[in-house]
Parts: sequence; C-alpha cells; structure tokens
Amino acid sequence: MRGTVMERESIKNFWKQSVPLMERIGSGEKLVLADLLEPVKTSSSLATVKKQLNRVKSKKVVELPLNKEKIEQIHREVAFSKTSQILSKWDPVILKNRQAEQLAFPLGKEQPAIAPIEHVLSGWKARTPLEQEIFTLLHKNKQPVTDPLLTPMEKACLQAMNLEEAKMHRAELQRARARQSYYEAKAQREKKIKNKKYHKVVKKGKAKKALKDFEQLQKVNPTAALEELEKIENARMIERMSLKHQSSGRWAKSKAIMAKYDLEARQAMQEQLTKNKELTEKLQVAFESEEEEGGAKVEELFVPEVVNEVQKNVDGLNPWMLRSYTSDTKEVATQENPEQLPEPAAHEVSGSEREERPAAEEEILLRGFEERRSLRKSSELNQDAEPAGSQKTKDSSSQEVLSELRALTQKLKKNHQSRKQKASSEGTVPQVQREEAAPEEEESLLPERPERVQTLEELGKEDCFQNKGLPRPVLEGQQSERTPNNWPDAPKEKKKEQMIDLQNLLTTQSPSMRSLAVPTTIEELEDEEERDQRQMIKEAFAGDDVIRDFLKEKEAVEASKPKDMDLILPGWGEWGGVGLKPSAKKRRRFLIKAPEGPPRKDKNLPNVIINEKRNIHAAAHQVRVLPYPFIHHQQFERTIQTPIGSTWNTQRAFQKLTTLKVLTKPGHIIKPIKAEDVGYQSSTRSDLSVIQRNPKQITTHHKKQLKENSVD
Amino acid sequence: METAPKPGRGVPPKKDKLQTKRKKPRRYWEEETVPTTAGAFPGPPRKKKNRELRPQGAKSTHILKKSGISKKPQVQKKPREWKNPESQRSLSGAQDPFPGPAPVPVEVVQKFCRIDKSRKLPQSKAKTRSRLEVAEAEEEETSIKAARSELLLAEEPGFLEGEDGEDTAKICQADIVEAVDIASAAKHFDLNLRQFGPYRLNYSRTGRHLAFGGRRGHVAALDWVTKKLMCEINVMEAVRDIRFLHSEALLAVAQNRWLHIYDNQGIELHCIRRCDRVTRLEFLPFHFLLATASETGFLTYLDVSVGKIVAALNARAGRLDVMSQNPYNAVIHLGHSNGTVSLWSPAMKEPLAKILCHRGGVRALAVDSTGTYMATSGLDHQLKIFDLRGTFQPLSTRTLPHGAGHLAFSQRGLLVAGMGDVVNIWAGQGKASPPSLEQPYLTHRLSGPVHGLQFCPFEDVLGVGHSGGITSMLVPGAAEPNFDGLESNPYRSRKQRQEWEVKALLEKVRLPYWRA
Repeated sequence: MRGTVMERESIKNFWKQSVPLMERIGSGEKLVLADLLEPVKTSSSLATVKKQLNRVKSKKVVELPLNKEKIEQIHREVAFSKTSQILSKWDPVILKNRQAEQLAFPLGKEQPAIAPIEHVLSGWKARTPLEQEIFTLLHKNKQPVTDPLLTPMEKACLQAMNLEEAKMHRAELQRARARQSYYEAKAQREKKIKNKKYHKVVKKGKAKKALKDFEQLQKVNPTAALEELEKIENARMIERMSLKHQSSGRWAKSKAIMAKYDLEARQAMQEQLTKNKELTEKLQVAFESEEEEGGAKVEELFVPEVVNEVQKNVDGLNPWMLRSYTSDTKEVATQENPEQLPEPAAHEVSGSEREERPAAEEEILLRGFEERRSLRKSSELNQDAEPAGSQKTKDSSSQEVLSELRALTQKLKKNHQSRKQKASSEGTVPQVQREEAAPEEEESLLPERPERVQTLEELGKEDCFQNKGLPRPVLEGQQSERTPNNWPDAPKEKKKEQMIDLQNLLTTQSPSMRSLAVPTTIEELEDEEERDQRQMIKEAFAGDDVIRDFLKEKEAVEASKPKDMDLILPGWGEWGGVGLKPSAKKRRRFLIKAPEGPPRKDKNLPNVIINEKRNIHAAAHQVRVLPYPFIHHQQFERTIQTPIGSTWNTQRAFQKLTTLKVLTKPGHIIKPIKAEDVGYQSSTRSDLSVIQRNPKQITTHHKKQLKENSVD
Repeated sequence: METAPKPGRGVPPKKDKLQTKRKKPRRYWEEETVPTTAGAFPGPPRKKKNRELRPQGAKSTHILKKSGISKKPQVQKKPREWKNPESQRSLSGAQDPFPGPAPVPVEVVQKFCRIDKSRKLPQSKAKTRSRLEVAEAEEEETSIKAARSELLLAEEPGFLEGEDGEDTAKICQADIVEAVDIASAAKHFDLNLRQFGPYRLNYSRTGRHLAFGGRRGHVAALDWVTKKLMCEINVMEAVRDIRFLHSEALLAVAQNRWLHIYDNQGIELHCIRRCDRVTRLEFLPFHFLLATASETGFLTYLDVSVGKIVAALNARAGRLDVMSQNPYNAVIHLGHSNGTVSLWSPAMKEPLAKILCHRGGVRALAVDSTGTYMATSGLDHQLKIFDLRGTFQPLSTRTLPHGAGHLAFSQRGLLVAGMGDVVNIWAGQGKASPPSLEQPYLTHRLSGPVHGLQFCPFEDVLGVGHSGGITSMLVPGAAEPNFDGLESNPYRSRKQRQEWEVKALLEKVRLPYWRA
C-alpha cells in the first residue's frame, strides 16, 4: 500500500518529533500504525483522521484481477475436464464400433427379427369390442385362440403324422390288401367250380342267411330293414323296366333256338323265366332277390373299409390327411371291440405308450431312434456334467425311457473302451513282433521304415551282389546295427557327422523287386543272367562319373558367394619388389572380409543344390512393414493364417469371412450418432452440441445429471 | 474412465422387462454367440447374455402363466430340455428331441485348424490381443463349419483286401471285374489300336474325358465313361505327347515339329511355332500355364489364357524328355540324363533346386498330389521315393528287374510303374504315407510295352497307353472318392463348364509378368 506524497512528508516530520518512538524501535518491539498515528499527547484534531483511517481499514480490498491469459487457461481447463467427462461416456461405444466386425449405416432401429407367429400372437390380446366379439365367438365354437393355433381335429391330424402310426397304418393296409387278394382268389376258385349242386347249395345258403339277417335287422333296426325293403322294391322296378330276364336278350334268343333240341338250354330258359318272375313279383320274393346284394354285403364284410377307402381317396387328397380319417375309423372300431380300447385322448399322451405297442418293425426302428438319441445324449452328457442327473422326472414313463437310455449309453461306452483296448493291444502286438525280429535294435527308436538305405561299407562287405532272396527282417536288423543314423531321425546326429556321404547315398544296394509279373523281355532271364546284365550296366556307367560332376557343380555354386576384398598395395610404405611380400600386419589391415552369410540350406545335403538367389521381384509382393497394432511378425502371421477364399472354406464361412466392414444404404443420409442410437437416455442437455452452444450452463444441474448417470 | 457410465446400465429398467417378455428363442441354426451385425449397438447383446445365465425360476413362472391362458395340458418336458423350453414349442406342439446345434467331433474340427496355438507369441498389447482373438475365433468357426460339411463327403474309398495271406497282386483284372458291379466293370476296357503305335494318354481334370495320341499320328478324344467319341484325327506327324488344357474343349498335342492346339472336334486352333520339338507337356491348371519340355533343352511356359509365352528357360542339360509337375505347388520337375532332377518355376532362370537321384539318367518321375513325395526311376534300374519336404533324401529304394520307364501317382497316393509290358502298383498305408515298395498292390500285363500312364481322377481307374492301344484297368482305392462339384465336376453340363471356366479364369494365379 502506497501513501501519497503528502502523507509521507507528514510522517517524516513526525519522526523528527517523537524520540521515544525511536527508542521503541531500537528495543525491537512491533510497531502498529495506530502507534504511529497516536500523538504524543492526545489531541482532538487527530480524531477525525483516525476515523477516516478506520473507515479506510474497514473497507474491503478488491483483489487484483488475474491476467487475461491465465483466466482463459483456467476456463479452458475447466471446460476440457467437463467435456471430457461427458464425452467419456462414448468411449465404450467407440471401442465397440472399432472392434465390430460390421457396421451398418445409417444407424437406425434394429431390424425386427423374424419371430415365429406363435410368439407374436401369444403376447396379443383382444382390446376393441369387435375383437372381443370375435373372440367370444371363437370361444363358443371351441376354436383355438392362442398357441398353437390348431383345432383339436387338426392337432389330431398332425399327431397322426408321426412315423409309428404311419407305419402301423401301412401295415394294416398291407394286411387288408392281402386279405382282399385272398378273398378274390377264393371267389375265383369258387366261381370256377362246375358242380351245379354245389352252387345251388351255396346260393341257398346265402339266401337263407340273407333272410336271417333281414329278420334280425327287422328286430334290431326296423328303419334299416325298411330301407332294405325299399331297395328290393327298387330292384324289382328296374327289372320290370328292363325286362332283363325275359326272352328278349341275345343269350335268351340263342337259348330259345337251342331249346328245341337241348334239354339243358330249355332248363336254363326256365330258370331265367322263374328268375324274372321272382324279380318282378312283389314283396314276398323280395328276400330271395336280396341274395345278390347280400353276397355283395358279405364281400364288404370280408374286406375292411380301409382298403376301399384308400382307393376312394387316391385322387387328389393329401395322403397324410387320410391318416386322420383312418385314425377316426380306427377309433370307431376300437370302440366296438373293447379289448384294445386306446382312447382317443391317448394320442395326446407322450410317445412312451406308443413305443410299448408291439410291432416288430417298429421296435427295430424305434430302437434305432433311441440309440441315436442316446448317442447324442451321451455326448451332451459328457459336455455338461450330467444335467440329466440333477433333473427330477415326475413321469414314470419318461423315467423308464431315461433308464433305458442310460443303459444304452453305458453299453456304448463299454463298446468304445473295448475297441480302444483292442486297438492298443493290436498296437502292442506288432511292436513285440518287431522286437522279436530285431532284438538288437534297441537303441534306435526308429519309426518304421519300409526300406533302408545301405551304405558303401556294407556294399563292400557284402561284395556288391548279395543274395537277393535274403529275408528282409534280417537285413533290416543288420542295417540298424551298422548305421544307426538313418535320415528321418538324423537331424540330431547330422550335426555330429557333418555330411552324409554322397557316394554312399547313391551307390546303395537296394533290395530288388521280385514281381509276380516280370516283363516278358526279362522273364526268361535267370538270376545269373540278370546279374550279368547289371554288371554290364555298371560298367557302362562307370565312365561318366555322375557323382563327381555333381559335386563339382555344387562346389562351383558354393564358391560363388562373395569373396574377401584385398586392398593391399604392395610397396606402399615399405620396400617393394619381386619376392617381397607385404607384412602380415598390413595384410590383416587391408583385407576386408566378406560378410558371413547364413549357412547354405543344402550344407548338409550332399545330393542337393538349392538355389539361394533371391528373386528381387518377389519382394514387391511381400509385406514390408507390419500393420499397425502388431509388433512382431508372428502375431501378424497368426491373423492371416486362416485362408479366406472359397476354395478352402465352406460357402457360409466364406461369406462370413468376406463380409463388408461397413455397410451403407445407397441414397440414405448417414447422420451422426445420437445418444438414442446406442441406447442411452435421450436428454437434449447431455448432447454435446448443446454444451458447446452455451458452455457456461454446465453447472450444478449438469453435474447432478452426470452423477446420476454414473450411479445408474 | 471409472466414472464413465457403463452403456449397459444406462438403459432404464423398464426396457429390461420388455426384453424378457419378448425374449427370442434360440433356434438350432443360430449360433450361441452374440449376433455379429449388432456391432454398433453395445448395450443389449451383452445384457442378453447375462439374462440367459439366470436361474430358471423366473422363466418357469412365465411359462406357467402362459399355459394358464391357453388352458392346455402342459406338454411333458424332457429332463434335459430345461435350458430353453419356450423355444421348443412349435406349431404342432411337438418338441425338438435334439435341441441346440448338433455336436461336432473335435478331431474333425482339429483337422481343419491351421493356427498352432501351442506356439507362444511374444507379449502383445491389448489391441493386438483382441485382433488375435478375433482371428482365432474366426478360425474355429470356419473349421467347425468345415467339419460339419464333412458330412457331405458321402463316398468312401474302395480297397482290395486279400483273404488271409492272399497276395492282392495275384488278383487279376478279370477277378476284379467279376466282383464289382456292372457300372464299375464297364470301366475296364481295352482299345486295340495296333496300327498307330504306342500311345500317350491324358485324362481331363474332371476325369470324364480321355485323350490319347499314338506315335504315328493318331489323335482321339472321347468321353471314356460313355465311350462317346469326341474327335478322331490323324495329324500325319509323330505325336510325342498329348494333354488337355483347362477343360476338355482344348487339347494340346506335341507333334514332331511344333506344338498344336486342337479343340474337341479335332479342329486345329493354333500352331505354336515358338515351342518346337516338344517332347513332354504339363498343364498347370491354376496358373493356366502349359509347360513344354523340348528336345532343344528349353522349358517353355505358355499362358493359354492370353496366348503368351511367359518364360522360356534353358535347362542346360541337353534333351529334356522327363517332366512332371508338383500338383501341390506347380513346380515343374525335370529329369536329366546325368541323374539329376531339377525343379523349375517360371520366375527363376535357374532351377530352384537340383537333386542328384540316380547314377544313370533319370527315366521317369512323378510327384504325388500332396507334394510330399517324388518317385524317380533311373537307368540304374532303381525306383526311389524322395521326400520333398526340405530334405530331398530317398525314403525307400527298390531295384526293379527292368527299371521303370513310366511312373504316376494317383490322387490317394498309389504309385504305378510301367516296366516293359507290365504295370506294377504299390500302395501305402494311408493317404499321406508314401507307397511301400515291398509288395506290389496290383500287377497287370499288357499286350505291349507301356508308353503312357495316368490315374483317372475321381475314378478308380488307371489308364495305360501302350503299343497295342489303350487299357483302362480298375485299381480299387486309387482315386479320391468325393469330388468338388464346383471345382471339377465329372457330371457337369456344357453350361456349367462355361460357368466354371469364367470363374477359374477370374481366380487364375497370375504370375508377375516382369518377364513377359
């Protein structure tokens, strides 16, 4: 605080006056302003000054404002922290979108998944009066209102569509057809019988039976009897109209001619006429005329309805729908005879009852199903540790099924185990045999090789041409004794023994083939002749030493690698001349050694020259820099290891692997993402755009909201 | 970050309830994982998962309520189907006896896995780790899908098995023909063509068509299954080799002077004079390259899709007449008179590798379809099988009485050798094992010395061209039983072939043409 010039002056004067004050200063006591102002002797004139001073003191001091930059910085910091806090809620969204396999734009509502109609309708309720009315109607008529949308009838139809019933039905049909054919055959046979008396008896019997039936019918069911009577009447009318059995027909005419001479014909005529009489006569004879129809009826009784029914329905109708009819008829039938008595409701009970019904084929079939189911069950049982065990089955039948299944699974498992054991035993047996065959080859745990290459030493020992008939196991044993390092397990031992001898490699004596069919040209050759020929070949090729040529070539290739550079200038800095050699030190200093490249790939392969020249053009097609998140080539390689193409994948997999990263609809505007799009609460305040418009308003209200969000 | 509101929590609870009510049942074709398309919507899926893990109490009440409404006897639940009982309800009220996705055998899935998870990777950042996880999940999914589709490979390879101790090599063709069904028996036939000398033959890639060329100029192509002749001409010139190009519609014939290309009606389309005195032909189907080896010592690659010569390499080893391709990597193997086999690719002027195989010259060579084994036979009467996986060492060696003049591998790794007028076939233990040369699997004697050999793709048939004509013999277990209908379909129609041709051309492996 600075005083004015005037004040300062007055203070100076004051200092001059007051000596005791000086003393006080010297003693180190604290000085207060009031002390200074206090006069040595109190005077009233100073009271006003004091008052003024007090007033000044009581007045609050206004703080000096910070400079503009500082203020702005603080504002910025505050704004940043708040905005970042708000924005941070989008972080998971961003992360999700970055990791998403596919993004679909424009962002909209998720396409409603196609739900089965039952699920759609199950949640639906009648609200409007019209709907309610409809529903009451439906209820009255016992129509299904909710799931599964089927009338009992339809349901029965669907039930009837199961396999066992179909099988049964088919079997029944077959039986019926067989019976029909038997019956037909029988009828044919009977028809062919030429004994007239027999026929007469049969006819009479039939007539009698028909009469009896009719009487019975009259007692039991008078209306039916009446109908029957009507039928007879009808037949009479037809006969009268047509006069079929009078003498006007062709047969009758011919018989009439014959009747003069032939007694039989006469008789036949007579019969015909009597028949006519019978037919045309009213009522009393009606029973007799019934006999044909009666016969027909008998036939019908013989043949179950099922057969005819099928024939009826062959055209057009869905064969599966037939099932329902037949099942209905069956039900009727079962009602008639009380022994079977499976109630219609029994259809709705679980399949366990059906399974119990005896039918050999079905059983087999069912067993197959059961087995399959059990297989599946067992696999799933293994997967999730016996959920079935924990479940309680209330129904005894289902328990039975379960126990059956368990038994089956156990059996299966046993089978599996036994098979495994067998396999293992089989595995061991050959091993044992092998050991017996070659007891010495203990140290070589070679995988079985069909053949083995012999070395030159062996060749020498065995004197080039050994017995070809040598049994193989023995040969193998010898070989394994001598050369434990055969190539497949060589890699370890290769390092010890630098190179496989090329000479050995090529001049091995391999076992010769004794084919069943020897080419005709050689067939006549005896073994010795063969030997001679081989000798000849050997001699023929002795000249051009293939191996040496190859080795030379290989050496040449190896020599083509970069050579050391010699920069020695003889005579530079020392004596030069003929016979003088540069010093060792100098040689060491000026000889630039070629970089030691990686060892050649064919270093240990004597019979191979592998080209190590790089194809520089291929580099253009290779990945030079690792893409972004990867820091090691192995990581990157792992991500591209699975092929994408349809050659290596199923069509579905291929399509999935090649889906677009971003999906856009043509002609649609892609709007920026909004909170509602990702399932956040839709509040305009939390939107970033609002914040940016009036940033000062992010106040207590906002903070509260943020807190709420974080608490939720 | 801690104060940041979790998206899952931001959703009001009301919505949650709605979700439970409308919970979509999981169908068997749906994966258990989170749907992929919901990338932009982080909230719901995560929540859903949580909900699924809930105890079943809430759900069962839900069901009870529902059944109360419908007034129907509740369908018996099988004990295991507690997971999601609602989803099992179908229109008929029947329940899915096998809910959820069908199980896949682990071994089969393992077969399709390519990532070696046992190999440890260097420590990586979270971002990298997530990428790796995605890659691994993708691999697993695709391999499961592949394992599922294994079911579609309905056919199984055939085989020949001798009755206890019986040598299968003693079984002659007549026995086999008698034993097999009529359709298979019809695949054994002989064409007696004594007039036009020893025949070379080639099957098309689908195995449906057969082309053969006699040394005295007879060229014919036929659908050998139906025996329908496509064309038959005499080129009035020595025919050295014959080969189908990418489809059965084009035919390359190495004639005495030049290389000619015919179509399937025998019309000469091209005469390529830059390839002269060609002795052997090979076609690389994925590159659309026709490789020709000539007497002049040049190996020439001709791109048949654009008609350009991609590379002409001088092998510097004299006359070339032993050639084979590695079907696995399209490397051309040439056999030379100094006992070496050289490996070539059109991008390099020098051989990729040279292998000394025989003391005498190499007479024949063949590479199996997995690219693992190479069989060579030389003038030293030896038949060797080499391992091509870096070591180039002989796995097995056999001395044959006459030496094999022709070799061929079948799709399943059977090796056939033509020695004079006899063919011997050796089989291995499995598909990926080398043929064991101890015992021949089959032998057959022909009416003349063998001049060309090839196993028919996708048919258990070996075609042998000899001086007496063509013999098609049955070799059970030779070919791959299942074909890829999109890749090489023996039953394809003309339209399908054209379609395939376009696709194959689009997928052609293009060589970088710095050379052409």
